[in-house]
Amino acid sequence: MKSLVLYMIGFAAVAMTSASYDSISNPYSLGDQVDDFKLQNVDQEWIQLSEYKGEMGVIIIFTCNTCPYAQLYEDRIIDLHNTYKEKGFPVLAINPNDPIQKSGDSFEKMKIRSEEKAFTFPYVFDADQEIYPRFGATNTPQVFLLDDELQLRYTGAIDDNPQNPQAVNINYVENAIEAIVADEDPNPAKTKAIGCGIKAKKAG
Amino acid sequence: MFILFLPFDLTAQGFDPPILDFSGFKPYLEKDNDTIYVINFWATWCRPCVEELPLLEKLESDQFEHPLEVILVSLDFRNQVETKLVPFISEHDLQSKIIVLDDPDANSWIDQVDERWSGALPATVVYRGQKRLFFPDAFADYQSLKSTLINF
Repeated sequence: MKSLVLYMIGFAAVAMTSASYDSISNPYSLGDQVDDFKLQNVDQEWIQLSEYKGEMGVIIIFTCNTCPYAQLYEDRIIDLHNTYKEKGFPVLAINPNDPIQKSGDSFEKMKIRSEEKAFTFPYVFDADQEIYPRFGATNTPQVFLLDDELQLRYTGAIDDNPQNPQAVNINYVENAIEAIVADEDPNPAKTKAIGCGIKAKKAG
Repeated sequence: MFILFLPFDLTAQGFDPPILDFSGFKPYLEKDNDTIYVINFWATWCRPCVEELPLLEKLESDQFEHPLEVILVSLDFRNQVETKLVPFISEHDLQSKIIVLDDPDANSWIDQVDERWSGALPATVVYRGQKRLFFPDAFADYQSLKSTLINF
């Protein structure tokens, strides 16, 4: 009897774990048009995705202040924006983390970080955590590259070497942008990277 | 010369975890025996990972139907192994086997760990022979971890 109860507890635990994984399914897939959203920037202004309609595309990056992987990429994100804004692909950085879980990722701390690093791109806050689940974002940093129709064309890593920018072999995002400009599909269109799990608000 | 270097080498042998690339690490995901392997991907800078460590550390002293081994796979940065990871291991007196996985292009190996893994830390693979489970989040408490393994 005891082992049966334990077995049932075990089954319930496994079932609960997979349920929590499935609850973030059904986000945008490659080719999907992204719905408009409006989030507040560190300069207090509100940024709306539809404002990017006149561009060739937009490099959405879920990132934050505190994740060491996000920090490794800060300078490269600045470089991406400086290089590709001119070519019609500006960066839009979004912090998805709940500051109650991670106090260093509060809106106030975002302003400080943005100033310290002299970000030249908007750094907006997904304060209600309604936007990142639409993208199925799981990590920081994580890129979602949209084209001029605001359709999702590439998701994943910025490049293939977080710890050593000098040793990068593949610039995934740059290659994806070049593919879109050449009217081709990015290949790969999906990559994965190690990162910090996005800190979701705890229920209750 | 030899005498000068000997004590230093002994210290390194005693405390430093092996640093492996993915091909060096992969055999730890493929052992074909009766042991339950709990392979946890973590880093010292990842708070939910660090909070989960005591639960994982407790497993090996507990009783299960099969032998059990915990392997803590650290994704601490290569240049922080000596300065952060090694002190962390002795400070927390970690008893489980620890491996540093240092392989830059994670896109080439994340799916080989598990296709369901996004790459976010922490993550845990539990396997015994061909039986395999994947957990994309930290375990909430020891009971939920133990109940997962009790009949595995």
